Amino acid sequence: MIGKIAWKNMWFKPLNTVLSIVLLTASVAIISLLILLQKQFEKQFSSNIEGVDLVIGAKGSPLQLILSSVYQMDAPTGNINYGKAKVWMKHPFVKTAIPLAFGDNYRGFKIVGTTEDYLKKYDAKIESGTLFVKNFEVVVGSEVAQKLNLKLGDTFLSSHGDAEAGEVHEEHPYVVKGIASATGKVIDNLILSNIESVWAMHHHEEEAATTEEHHHEEVHNHDEVHNHDEDHEITAVLIKFKNKMGFVLWPRLIAQNTDMQAASPAIEINRLFSLFGIGLVALQYLAYGIMLISGISIFIALYNTLKERKYEFALMRVSGASRLQLLLLVLFESILLCIVGFIFGTLIGRLGLYYISTSTEADYKMSFNPFEIAFKEEGILFLITIFVGIIAALLPALKAYRLNISKTLSHA
Amino acid sequence: MIQTKNLLFQYNEKTQFKFPDLQCNAGETLLITGMSGTGKTTLLHLLGGLLQPTSGEIFINEKNICTLSSKKLDHFRGQNIGLILQKAHFISALTVAENIELASWLTNKTKKKEKTKELLSFLGLESFASKLPNQLSVGQQQRVSIARALINEPKLLLADEPTSSLDDVNTKIVGDLLAELSQKYKAALIIVTHDQRLKERFKNAVAL
Repeated sequence: MIGKIAWKNMWFKPLNTVLSIVLLTASVAIISLLILLQKQFEKQFSSNIEGVDLVIGAKGSPLQLILSSVYQMDAPTGNINYGKAKVWMKHPFVKTAIPLAFGDNYRGFKIVGTTEDYLKKYDAKIESGTLFVKNFEVVVGSEVAQKLNLKLGDTFLSSHGDAEAGEVHEEHPYVVKGIASATGKVIDNLILSNIESVWAMHHHEEEAATTEEHHHEEVHNHDEVHNHDEDHEITAVLIKFKNKMGFVLWPRLIAQNTDMQAASPAIEINRLFSLFGIGLVALQYLAYGIMLISGISIFIALYNTLKERKYEFALMRVSGASRLQLLLLVLFESILLCIVGFIFGTLIGRLGLYYISTSTEADYKMSFNPFEIAFKEEGILFLITIFVGIIAALLPALKAYRLNISKTLSHA
Repeated sequence: MIQTKNLLFQYNEKTQFKFPDLQCNAGETLLITGMSGTGKTTLLHLLGGLLQPTSGEIFINEKNICTLSSKKLDHFRGQNIGLILQKAHFISALTVAENIELASWLTNKTKKKEKTKELLSFLGLESFASKLPNQLSVGQQQRVSIARALINEPKLLLADEPTSSLDDVNTKIVGDLLAELSQKYKAALIIVTHDQRLKERFKNAVAL
């Protein structure tokens, strides 16, 4: 009954109520969005670096190297010589070394030249069909197959580089030989071929490029003629060590002795998190600021109506209500507001995440799950919201508790 | 039903009220009259347990209410005393019927829906049951507050200037209802007023 009165009172002054709820909703939405975003972002990032201790690639920004080779989110730093990379790939410290060669894309999905190990690293199985064996045979990731509606035996023409609208290579159509199982990792959004396919496509390009300007060479960082296998180029190598000493020694060794670099995904991703961690913290402060304002707005609304409502309170006392019941009534009204605000906030936060997810999906092939519930973090957020409600209502509730009925009624 | 002894209330050193001993039995009506400033409302609040007397005793149903704790007094008041005020106040967010049911819920944790309907129809207000109190006229509001005061079948009905803001027609209606209902529910009725129209209607009066 107290709850019902509180609920009815809440909607008796809808403007005050709506203002408080809108503010609460905004702050809860921002915070829950940040909670989910951060949690899923970190999970996605760390799940993809499993099994990669070090990445070898062309000199440049180590973060860029990691983002491009592990997450397929950035342009590659350049190419490295396959022969020189092989020296390290065959080192006794190494357990597995997966070469990656980027070249073309098909409707925005990257075609990556690699080996079977790449599929194994992501625990991806060939769900139907077979692995690529010959040149221009590909295995497509589950998302790619689904989105582009690719089936076994389908053929397609690739476009050059990262851009969907790049120059189309008409000479060598790719043929879909296999479809990989879904893993929830970047591989779902890739088209995989053997490395030789990329080289073969490349070789053609070279010939064409000589007649045009040499802009391809800049992009691919060519400086040698491609006669021997050893002179071919790849983009990066993902290394997993047998001997963890390599993890410590190699970055320096490689940087000093070769024109390549070795970067640790774990370190770079930590750096990335701490970089935009500052932004997240700032946003979080902003959201808590809004929550403070909504607390003040609840306080003002309750306090202002107290003057007109003191007759109601006196009347309830006359009808047999105890002081405590009045205290609870006022607290309840505030807490109800907070619960409504929290529910709206978490829903709108998820709606926001859904929209962010659709855009990151399109731009980075990375999606977020808006239906996840972060029990611990959101539980804490719920308690904070309720706490704000209690604090805001404390003074008005105490005033109701200490109301002098006789005085109130004689001044009526 | 109600009896007072040597009731004294002191606001401060200069203002104090000494009240004559009163007695009013079930079904009887007692009018308390007097000029303003003679402590009429103070006496009513004392009788209703809204104020604690400086000294003296009040017995309602053989129980001295001056010795009850605040929480017990709240409960006792809800159960045994019906209060009708000069100006009718309601929980404005609740409907007429809900306002009346609330009074029964606050004392007994039950909503007397049937009883509410019965009282409202007795008062000729059944069609207003689901309206908000603010949508009613002043006279109608005063009748609703009578229904609310009676929902728990109190032993004592206290009315503070119940007719001061009403016209002659409504004054007669309210006066008749009060007399009739206190008879029906066997309640002692005490009316504090300076309204000449009521003085003519109820003969048993004490002047302060």
